[in-house]
Amino acid sequence: MDITRFHAAFFEESRENLDAMEAGLLAMESGSADGETINVVFRAAHSIKGGAATFGFTAISELTHQLETLLDEARSGRRQLDVDAIGALLVAGDALRGLLGAAEHGDAIDEAGLKRAHDGLAKMMGREVAASSAKVAAQEPEIAEWRIGFKPAPSMFLSGNDPLRILRELRSHGELGVTCLDTALPSFSELDPYEAYLAWDLMLPGSVPRSAIDDAFAWVEDQCELAIEAIPARSAVAPPPSAEVLDNVVAIGARNEPAAARNTTNDGDSSIRVAVNKVDALINLVGELVITQAMLRQRSTQLDPVANEMLLSGLEQLDRNTRDLQEAVMGVRMLPVEFAFSRFPRMVRDLATRLDKKVRLRTSGEATELDKGVIEKIVDPLVHLVRNSIDHGLEMPAERRAAGKDETGTISLNAQHQGGHIVIEISDDGRGLDRERILRKAAERGLPIGDNPTDAQVWDLVFHPGFSTAEQLTDLSGRGVGMDVVKKNIAALGGQVEIRSKKNIGTTVSIRLPLTLAILDGMTVAVGGEVFILPLNSVIESLQPAVGDVRTIAGEARVLRVREDYLPLLDLAAQYGLDGPVRETAAIAVVVEADGQRLALEVDELLGQQQVVVKNLESNYRRVQGISGATILGDGRVALIVDVGGFVQAQRVAQAA
Amino acid sequence: MSHDHITATESADEYLTFALGEEEYGVEILKVQEIRGYDTVTRLPDAPDYIKGVINLRGTIVPVIDMRLKFRLAKAEYNALTVMIVLNVADRVVGMVVDSVSDVIRLASEQIRPVPEIGATIDRQFITGIGTQGERMLILLEIERLMTSAEMGLVAHANAA
Repeated sequence: MDITRFHAAFFEESRENLDAMEAGLLAMESGSADGETINVVFRAAHSIKGGAATFGFTAISELTHQLETLLDEARSGRRQLDVDAIGALLVAGDALRGLLGAAEHGDAIDEAGLKRAHDGLAKMMGREVAASSAKVAAQEPEIAEWRIGFKPAPSMFLSGNDPLRILRELRSHGELGVTCLDTALPSFSELDPYEAYLAWDLMLPGSVPRSAIDDAFAWVEDQCELAIEAIPARSAVAPPPSAEVLDNVVAIGARNEPAAARNTTNDGDSSIRVAVNKVDALINLVGELVITQAMLRQRSTQLDPVANEMLLSGLEQLDRNTRDLQEAVMGVRMLPVEFAFSRFPRMVRDLATRLDKKVRLRTSGEATELDKGVIEKIVDPLVHLVRNSIDHGLEMPAERRAAGKDETGTISLNAQHQGGHIVIEISDDGRGLDRERILRKAAERGLPIGDNPTDAQVWDLVFHPGFSTAEQLTDLSGRGVGMDVVKKNIAALGGQVEIRSKKNIGTTVSIRLPLTLAILDGMTVAVGGEVFILPLNSVIESLQPAVGDVRTIAGEARVLRVREDYLPLLDLAAQYGLDGPVRETAAIAVVVEADGQRLALEVDELLGQQQVVVKNLESNYRRVQGISGATILGDGRVALIVDVGGFVQAQRVAQAA
Repeated sequence: MSHDHITATESADEYLTFALGEEEYGVEILKVQEIRGYDTVTRLPDAPDYIKGVINLRGTIVPVIDMRLKFRLAKAEYNALTVMIVLNVADRVVGMVVDSVSDVIRLASEQIRPVPEIGATIDRQFITGIGTQGERMLILLEIERLMTSAEMGLVAHANAA
């Protein structure tokens, strides 16, 4: 039998195992690990070793063997994994990743890296076990549990708050121990159903971040008595299980390795691996079905509702089914944001070490789902922003101490749904942006700023091309791409980015993204005898300008007065070189915004709003100025999607010239 | 068609023939995806007149070229008989409007003559040769090169021939 055909599966599984291993090691280092984590890490290493030995990748199996020996000692309680040991294990993981790549593509092995990994592990093995455990004991005590005393004020219900909702939310973070205190409960005859009488003692595992608990109570803080108390654990690593039990675990673990390893990462969800192009084909087909269905619906409006009752109710049913199917199929492409967030613990750790800073990473909302395409494209901007926050936002430990802050800085990554959009926020509790310095910098560069600009306007200056490369703003992250690129990439996804910052409190960058790239909320407009789609997220308002509202500048450039502002006015038909039927009525101006710039587009008629399936024009044709894509309307015709960002940019170039 | 005939022209290629005005053209049948009637198109901004626009071909956005306009023929009317040949060239799908489609013929290599020096609107590099079948003269198009050429304006000119 030719076993090489199993190679691809081995490489893929090994990478998954390496990811699980890394996540586990980082969890152990940050103290958020439970007793099971070490077993997960061990099993991951063990499966890589087994596979590598089977396929004859000796370099991989040798290194994994060493790694496994170290992990085994830790698992059996003969050794405590301290920061150095975890560091060595992570380095070995990196080396393994390199070896996997080399084995897969036949590249040369990074001998130096491999030697470093071997040496690091050997050094750990040689070290006195007792010495390392002493070191662990000296570490900060770990939080084992949260004890929360929660006593709502009697009037809590009146403000629309419900303790049950809070308990449910807490339960979603981890196993919740609940003791209800009903001492305040009056006799039944005196009971006022509008008052809150119950109080609770709640227990949550220490792995739940404090911020999650605070969030749960955020709405009721001032309407209850709340006591959140951390109960420290005795040791960083859970006490080792007895030897007998351990043997059992190994046996079971060895037999069920792949399943067990995957279950721990997927929360027991069973899943299959599907090629993306198969999913895309499916989405395309459903898109077709939606269009066909829309076509039928349109035709059916001309039918006599009485004579065709059966047919029409059937069509209605089809309408519902199609919509459900479309939603379900789109859901297939959705991935949890965790996919993007999972790389940050490692990155933050490495960066903090390199910059001698102390950084704690908090993530929340990892389960929020986003289109695979969007996630893939958002990773780079996120990496840039997180790097920025650590390098530039967070102060050195000494500086933080002097400012009366916790010397460990916090970086938070949070994802959440917000009305058809996903909002991802990257926050730090660092020094915040320096308003004066940015204004000075902007003045030096001759950027236009009004008198008394608002904070938001000042922070927006950071997105100017070349601005962030200024040495004062960033050193490490300033190299290469700047914030302007981040903003451009996010805008290319149909998203928006915004900065909030307070001096010495910190900075938050908030990114708003559409759920999927494939569907867009659009405004259909008629221009020169054709139908165009304006992306709804860039439309501000539409209005019918009076004759006096349109003026020219230097005889040609037209501007439109919208209240007290003058906006450039572009005739879309002229922009697209379309000579359609002459307008019967006055044109309509649609005010759009992109890159923070407003623009009025002249169209013939507003037709309506609809969700459209975005199709690529470039797969069969070249790129067209002012067009970002195409879609198919209900009647089967093609409509082009207006590239608002492109127009705004073109306008800027024209201005600069 | 007799069995002998097929074996005699073993090295033959099949061509779809179509008419543009008085002239007859041929394209390799393997490049042809399907033949359709002419639909209304959605016009494209910033495109030459012979690029009529785009149509929806079962969910794919396909540009349509009017070859009659491209070759500057006088008569380019659209009626119920106007035919569009959907081509598959260089991983792209392109529609090509012609007057009519005639048939599919086999041409052996000895039936194909070289292109003479001519001054014409069409560059010689886009013609493979002249096919002869009795009295018929077929202009054999190098359709892939033509469609991906810079002068056609269908692709960003990085791919220009």
